[in-house]
Amino acid sequence: MATIDARFQLDWPGFQLDVDLQLPAKGVTALFGHSGSGKTTLLRCIAGLERPRLGRLSFKGNIWQDEQSWLPTHRRPLGYVFQEASLFPHLSVLNNLRYGQKRSQATQRIALDQAIELLGIGPLLDRKPDLLSGGERQRVGIARALAVSPEILLMDEPLAALDLKRKQEILPYLERLHDELEIPVLYVSHSPDEVARLADHLVAMENGRVVAHGPLSETLARLDLPIRLGEDVGVVLDATVGEIDKEWHLARVDFPGGSLWTRDRGIPAGKRVRVRVLARDVSLASAEPAPSSIQNVLHGHIDAIADDDHPGLQLVRVKIGDTYLVSRLTRRSAVGLGIAVAQPIHVQVKSVALME
Amino acid sequence: MLTDGDLQAIWLTVKLAGIVTIILLLLGTPVAWWLARTRAWWKGPIGAVVALPLVLPPSVLGFYLLLAMGPNGPVGHLTAAMGLQTLPFTFWGLVLASVFYSFPFMVQPLQNAFESIGDRPLEVAATLRASPLDTFFTVAVPLALPGFLTASILTFAHTVGEFGVVLMIGGNIPGVTRVASVQIYDHVEALEYASAHRLSAVMLIFSFLVLLGMYLWRPNAKKGV
Repeated sequence: MATIDARFQLDWPGFQLDVDLQLPAKGVTALFGHSGSGKTTLLRCIAGLERPRLGRLSFKGNIWQDEQSWLPTHRRPLGYVFQEASLFPHLSVLNNLRYGQKRSQATQRIALDQAIELLGIGPLLDRKPDLLSGGERQRVGIARALAVSPEILLMDEPLAALDLKRKQEILPYLERLHDELEIPVLYVSHSPDEVARLADHLVAMENGRVVAHGPLSETLARLDLPIRLGEDVGVVLDATVGEIDKEWHLARVDFPGGSLWTRDRGIPAGKRVRVRVLARDVSLASAEPAPSSIQNVLHGHIDAIADDDHPGLQLVRVKIGDTYLVSRLTRRSAVGLGIAVAQPIHVQVKSVALME
Repeated sequence: MLTDGDLQAIWLTVKLAGIVTIILLLLGTPVAWWLARTRAWWKGPIGAVVALPLVLPPSVLGFYLLLAMGPNGPVGHLTAAMGLQTLPFTFWGLVLASVFYSFPFMVQPLQNAFESIGDRPLEVAATLRASPLDTFFTVAVPLALPGFLTASILTFAHTVGEFGVVLMIGGNIPGVTRVASVQIYDHVEALEYASAHRLSAVMLIFSFLVLLGMYLWRPNAKKGV
């Protein structure tokens, strides 16, 4: 499979980046980490906006930089979305979109019209950027990056500068990008929620280094993930809507090894969805639990046990069919249940988040 | 009313200031861009040299320029080799001297305007396939337009107000080097106070209007990107 092969070493006062990474050249790859972890710097290196001491980068077999050669940013077939939309204030929305489009020699994989439609900015084209809301500006910024018909889209926390309402406004557009575009996306984020919704592949960074990377669900299910997620520890399952229960307004989502009931959000049966299950919403029982308000009870085996950040807590990974769930429980409960690897266990899931 | 000599002096002044402004737009822009963008250690020394005419007495600057342009100076050798007359006491000698004298008035406002653009719009342009030169003309210049206006007005006005360098380099040749400031000096020397008053009033009103225009016309330069 065609890949992105990146090797960067960069020394700044008080910060070092040291990365050697192979990424799939398809789907959405999240570069995830806390601020100062180097994720934005890595993205800027890939874009050619930083020139590291040592850098090798190839994209689908084309060398963008190595010891001898250096392709400047404007010759790299990429699109870049900055944290602030950074629209040109002297140009109208339409001319912002055209700025890159008319300079791009790429075959028009993404027509301007398609980018405008995809981001829903048709009514804004004649306006000047300073008359747009923050969310509108960022949608224009994304459309502008797409209009150059890039072979890869780099996004640097495109939602970080926006409030919750604006985020909710843009997230559906990003999900559409994910579904409708065939180009790979590198998405920098410090938000576990955005990562769970958008990413297929996860690169976790800390102190300028990659501490874990792999397919999203697999990587999130790792108990030894060195990055501190706190309340956001959990897994993401790829599932299918199996049945809609009209009477109770519930939907059943099926994943390899089991199924879960959740609120019906109007997603039709047969559609592929993502289900996010947080560790704090998963509890364990050694015997078949008595009837309770928790409807989702699954059966599996304990797969791994690890300490959580807090000394009173443990994380337990349970294998259900081919799927892993992670549960957070107190060390006292773990001892009380006599938790041990390979032991059969009943799993209660209190709530799940369904993502289209 | 103004005499023919006065009108001639005013026309010469405007011509000199106009030519100097155009030359400095061409010369000062790349220097200002370089000063705004570079991280080289010699940015400081170069910046100081550019600013020198701000503090040097015009007579000092004029003296050195006179030596340089004279028959035995480097510029003099150059003009001789090119088959031109020596520059002192000619209009073009005055232009050359004014270019040096007004240099900081073009470069510093432009440098400030370029610096206030910041890196981001230029990075955005690069990710949108614009080469550095393309970026300069399609992003940096439009965003720095108010700076260009300020710099041009200051350069023009400052050249109009020049006196010491003109006396050193150009002398006082009617129609060639006798600009308005020198004409006023002549009027005063000849005790023609009424004539000196009239021409001085023209200069005063002109200078006030230029500055008034600059302060009233505040374009929306600082709207965020």
